[in-house]
Amino acid sequence: MGTPEFPEFLRPGGAITGPRPGAARSAPPGGHPVELGLWLFILGDLTLFGLFFCGQLAERRSDPELFRAAASVLNQTFGTVNTVVLLTSSLTVALASDAIRRQRNRRAAALLGAGLALALTFAVLKVTEYTHLVADGHTPDESVAFVYYFTLTGIHLLHLLIGTVLLSLLLRRVLVLGSDQPVGRSFAEAVAVYWHMVDLLWIVLFALLYLVAGS
Amino acid sequence: MSTTVRRCLVAWLLLVAVTVLSWYLGGGSADRLGPLTASVVLVFAFAKTWVVGREFMELRSAPRPLRRAFDAWVVLFALLCGSLAFL
Repeated sequence: MGTPEFPEFLRPGGAITGPRPGAARSAPPGGHPVELGLWLFILGDLTLFGLFFCGQLAERRSDPELFRAAASVLNQTFGTVNTVVLLTSSLTVALASDAIRRQRNRRAAALLGAGLALALTFAVLKVTEYTHLVADGHTPDESVAFVYYFTLTGIHLLHLLIGTVLLSLLLRRVLVLGSDQPVGRSFAEAVAVYWHMVDLLWIVLFALLYLVAGS
Repeated sequence: MSTTVRRCLVAWLLLVAVTVLSWYLGGGSADRLGPLTASVVLVFAFAKTWVVGREFMELRSAPRPLRRAFDAWVVLFALLCGSLAFL
């Protein structure tokens, strides 16, 4: 049996636990504290969003009709399609991460390109949705339900745009290095983890704002 | 096909299937959600986040403290949000 293929920043001897003596691969240069910091950031960000989720649900209890009215003008099909788009982008990024680990850079580049295209699709659909809502007079001024909607999806969209920049940088690095040179796994895996967090947050936002708010 | 690729594909299929089911429960069926269904939809959503963490973020192979911290986030907010939607 071969050695299990752990992400570099999770491997025994990887970033969190320090270098393993005799490890086949050297640790990423200067990358050790970054991954622990990345996970602290991820868990902190998730917790902050979690508190926002609870805040929205608590607010909804005080005036359910307001939230039902807001949810009734949201397009659930848009929300569902965007969820599938992000899930698929997460799949392509996870597969790209695996390809980078195996030094299959051409495959990784194709998968990252697909992930980026899906990220842009999500952004375009989101902006289209905002445009329709605002054109119909639904703004944060209308009610606290729309304050939550625009704030939560807006912060999420900002996360998505940052993730898109990171994916672009990773794609550039893969393309520059060509087909046979190892890409810094630590950076690749950090970008992938951040991207999956963007997907993860949307999964709950979709349920919360599009489905449950209308109940 | 490597094990990682196969696991990712299975996870993706599962996530898409639960998304479609949630959409159906949450509005596609044209009925308004009751409190119990609303809670179930939220718990489904947090179950999906767990799958994303475990399979896509590869937390299944993470050191135990990190895995436990993520599991705790999922369980804590699933319980809080599920309760707030139901009660």
